[in-house]
Amino acid sequence: MLKGIVTVSLKQDVLDPQGLAVQHSLQSLGYSEAQNVRIGKSIEIWLDESDLKKAELRLRKMCEALLVNSVIENYQIEILELPLELEE
Amino acid sequence: MRCAVLVFPGSNCDHDLYKAANSVEGMEAEYIWYTHDTLEGFDAVLVPGGFSYGDALRAGALAARAPVHKALQCAAASGIRILGICNGFQILTECGLLPGALHRNSGLRFVCDSVSLEVSNTETCFTTGYAGKTDLPIQLPIAHGEGNYTCDPETLQKLEENGQIVFRYSGSNPNGSLADIAGITNETGNVLGMMPHPERAMSAWMGSADGRIIFESLRQ
Repeated sequence: MLKGIVTVSLKQDVLDPQGLAVQHSLQSLGYSEAQNVRIGKSIEIWLDESDLKKAELRLRKMCEALLVNSVIENYQIEILELPLELEE
Repeated sequence: MRCAVLVFPGSNCDHDLYKAANSVEGMEAEYIWYTHDTLEGFDAVLVPGGFSYGDALRAGALAARAPVHKALQCAAASGIRILGICNGFQILTECGLLPGALHRNSGLRFVCDSVSLEVSNTETCFTTGYAGKTDLPIQLPIAHGEGNYTCDPETLQKLEENGQIVFRYSGSNPNGSLADIAGITNETGNVLGMMPHPERAMSAWMGSADGRIIFESLRQ
């Protein structure tokens, strides 16, 4: 088994009102250094696959088919190989 | 005219849409469950508002890939008229039948209000009835948290040039949508997506009867 982590973020030119609200809240808590807060999401997917290249290709297809809306979002894929004892 | 009203888990304007369509003379609506694989025999498809799949992942994302979506693509390609309202609009952008995307309102709030709209194109099959209307702008209700329309500059230019922008917010823009867009069609003009709810404005007692004109235009 491999573990895929897809990180989805809003494209830079898309306004993120949620991030802006969180930024204001952080600043009101005294974290005045907090700038340009952007909120995305992380999707974890366990894959019944041992080949890293195949896993990445399949994850890319999943992103294009459903996980990401390419009009407003970007994504990054990370794949973790887990120690055998964790797989059981 | 036989109309299919699509029903997804989480649709909540399907009954309103069904009743609105059935209240128009010569229109006959039927519920079609999201697992159907054909829309043959229908002259129009109505995609209702609500929160299909609880807005999981993105509003409309899962409904746009539900089993009925292939039939919806076929219907669009064969020129069948398709009207998506609110979550229906989000579904139509998610399944690629309309360009662009709808994301969170710029003010972060869910907006529930009556808005003034400019009908920017009265030559589509959904809006011919507005051509002679003098009582403008029209008034329709809105109720959404993700109606902020966006697209890239090239797409916007194409939308403008082809007259695909059908409704624009007039006066104040409730959600920050690009170019005040409230509703657009596809390039061929047989698919319309709009955030306002015409099915909630069918008679004067509902606050406005301006929505009825869309259904009457559609029927012709």
